[in-house]
Amino acid sequence: MTGAPDTSYDNILEIKNLQTSFFTKDLEVKAVDGVSFSIPKGKVLGVVGESGSGKSITSLSILRLIEEPGKVKGGEILFKGENLLDKSEAQMRKIRGNEISMIFQEPMTSLNPTFTVGQQIGESFRIHQGLSKKEAKKKSVDMLKLVGIPSPEKRVDQYPFELSGGMRQRVMIAIALACNPDLLIADEPTTALDVTIQAQILDLMKELQEKLDMGILLITHDLGVVAETCDYVAVMYCGKVVEFTDKKTLFTEPKHPYTVGLMESIPQYDQDIEGDLAVIKGSVPSPADMPKGCRFAPRCPFATDLCRNKLPDLETDEDGNQIRCWIYSDEWDGDPEVNVYERSESTS
Amino acid sequence: MSDQKVLLKVNDLKQYFPIKGGIFGRTINHVKAVDDVSFEIFEGETLSIVGESGCGKSTTGRAILRLDEPTAGEVEFDNTNILELNKKEMNKFRKDMQIIFQDPYASINPRHTVRQILTEAMEIQNAVPKKERNDRVKELMDTVGLGPHQADRYPHEFSGGQRQRIGIARALSVNPRLIIADEAVSALDVSIQAQVINLLKKLQREFKLTYLFISHDLGVVRHISDRIIVMYLGKVVEIADKNSLFTNNMHPYTKALLSAIPSTDVEKEKERIMLKGDVPSPIDPPEGCRFHTRCPFATDLCRTKVPELRNTEGMKDGHRAACHHMEAIRSGEHQPQVNA
Ligand SMILES: Nc1ncnc2c1ncn2[C@@H]1O[C@H](COP(=O)(O)OP(=O)(O)OP(=O)(O)O)[C@@H](O)[C@H]1O
Ligand SMILES: Nc1ncnc2c1ncn2[C@@H]1O[C@H](COP(=O)(O)OP(=O)(O)O)[C@@H](O)[C@H]1O
Ligand code: SF4
Ligand code: SF4
Ligand SMILES: [Mg+2]
Ligand SMILES: [Mg+2]
Repeated sequence: MTGAPDTSYDNILEIKNLQTSFFTKDLEVKAVDGVSFSIPKGKVLGVVGESGSGKSITSLSILRLIEEPGKVKGGEILFKGENLLDKSEAQMRKIRGNEISMIFQEPMTSLNPTFTVGQQIGESFRIHQGLSKKEAKKKSVDMLKLVGIPSPEKRVDQYPFELSGGMRQRVMIAIALACNPDLLIADEPTTALDVTIQAQILDLMKELQEKLDMGILLITHDLGVVAETCDYVAVMYCGKVVEFTDKKTLFTEPKHPYTVGLMESIPQYDQDIEGDLAVIKGSVPSPADMPKGCRFAPRCPFATDLCRNKLPDLETDEDGNQIRCWIYSDEWDGDPEVNVYERSESTS
Repeated sequence: MSDQKVLLKVNDLKQYFPIKGGIFGRTINHVKAVDDVSFEIFEGETLSIVGESGCGKSTTGRAILRLDEPTAGEVEFDNTNILELNKKEMNKFRKDMQIIFQDPYASINPRHTVRQILTEAMEIQNAVPKKERNDRVKELMDTVGLGPHQADRYPHEFSGGQRQRIGIARALSVNPRLIIADEAVSALDVSIQAQVINLLKKLQREFKLTYLFISHDLGVVRHISDRIIVMYLGKVVEIADKNSLFTNNMHPYTKALLSAIPSTDVEKEKERIMLKGDVPSPIDPPEGCRFHTRCPFATDLCRTKVPELRNTEGMKDGHRAACHHMEAIRSGEHQPQVNA
């Protein structure tokens, strides 16, 4: 990229047709297979999907942290209007932990056990802002206060093992936010936590997001978490986005048969269900025999010959919502009156 | 419910794990993982235990099966106190009580085929005569929805959901009466989880099984249970039929736990009770009510006196909660304490 940085962008992040594969002995695993989505400035995008659907690899691709035998094969990752795939490793190092931060699922493995909490938060202030040791420590205490850790003056000198799981996750957030990033990528940030602690952490993330006006890419498999924290949602299946809408539309009028299936098969604590749970039959296909048409066809109660033979595109409607399913196209060859909410009877 | 037969009765169960320390490795303290827990399970029902990590759910399950020998208490299975039985006598009961674990891979031998895994279980418990075992394997595979032709495959050739079915088949192989399912569906992907839940319900109807279902997922628990126990720091804080627990809960911790679960209902604004801080250590649990360090309603009474599990007006038979102030909290007389 040449010339002055582009400041006219509306989306803090825009991903176009991202492709990331792992090349094993005799197989190319297309972990991310043409993913596109965008996050408007200061908004929260949720990415949901079953394990292996490509959520984490998408986020690692954004940060350019894919290691051998993996490779980003193509596409564009526009961050503030500039393609991250064109950046040198030195430029990426400046962006990571400065303009883009990341929180991982397991706080114990992502914190360094041999450094104090203060040293780890302060690192960002020292590297990116050139502060002295003393100044950095003072700022670290402020950050611990910001994320709601009691007696921060004492905690700043402790090691990760001296903290509870909830506190460690707060420290991770403190580290991630220390640099005042424009984009925060959070991969299952609360999955390992208890619900009462999860509620505290999600509350904190939302509060800080508004205060600091940053964009968040939130990866989770928990639809409740999405409903309570996100503005937009992308549903992934087998390395592809199958549905992308604003949160309210997703929960009130989901369109993709996979999204509908997911929602109906998860029992909610605030709803009674009579009889059996609805199920999505079968399981996720293995990368070795990926269906050639719609990836969901072998499990979809509505699949037709068209679905089995031809992959549907991700189409955008007039409201900007996106869907990858033949039912919503002119080419649909099944029942024209089809209703995705009326699923075939549940089987176990 | 009261006219139903009690299959399992747990009385004042305690499980204290010693903490060794110092240069002589002496016991310097105890983790009070389960502390005076009592409950009954009726034949044919599903009783669930819920609560946050470390509250003693798994320990309770393991103590019932004597996988860890309990520190004190009684466990009556079909009117026999099994904690007093010697090894030989106990073995007769083992086949009646089976456990399914969270991680199906860790709990089955990866070098054995499914047929070997199932036959071995029948052999150890001597539950099925030798010449009937092969037929039984076929039948079991069928029951859990794995074609009998898959019996000679190894666990790694199956998906997570299928492996969990193997774990279920193994538990069923000895014709148990009680199954303890410890986070049995927690590690499964959501679309697979529903399949296994439906299977567990079907098997219960078919074989009149009794379940002790341990889980941290209140959605799954609401769907599968008849009655529910809520635990906090080694204690039962509330026990109730499912309907009462979700719609007429009495204990402040139950209320906070339910309110913390994110809801998919985007049209309803939800009121959340934010708990402060973390769960205290079970080594030195708080005096009095163990929840008092996080409870918005705590008073001096709560800090000194242990609340008993009890029923009060407006609660269904069999619904009990352990809170000094539950009546006054319900009537609105007792409000959150300012400096609690
Ligand atoms: N063998 C042991 N030695 C010492 N402490 C133990 C042992 N087993 C369990 N504990 C402790 O006992 C308490 C209860 O543990 P338990 O495994 O029953 O929790 P749980 O409710 O099943 O939690 P989770 O939801 O995380 O599975 C915890 O504090 C735990 O650390
Ligand atoms: N290092 C690797 N080598 C080979 N395949 C991988 C590797 N990492 C991830 N994959 C595969 O990429 C796909 C997507 O993985 P991931 O993004 O981690 O899924 P999730 O949605 O659960 O985060 C999966 O099929 C996974 O098995
Ligand atoms: S394209 Fe066909 S198979 Fe795929 S989700 Fe739509 S209806 Fe189902
Ligand atoms: S006894 Fe006191 S501290 Fe315990 S739950 Fe009731 S009000 Fe709260
Ligand atoms: Mg992941
Ligand atoms: Mg457990």
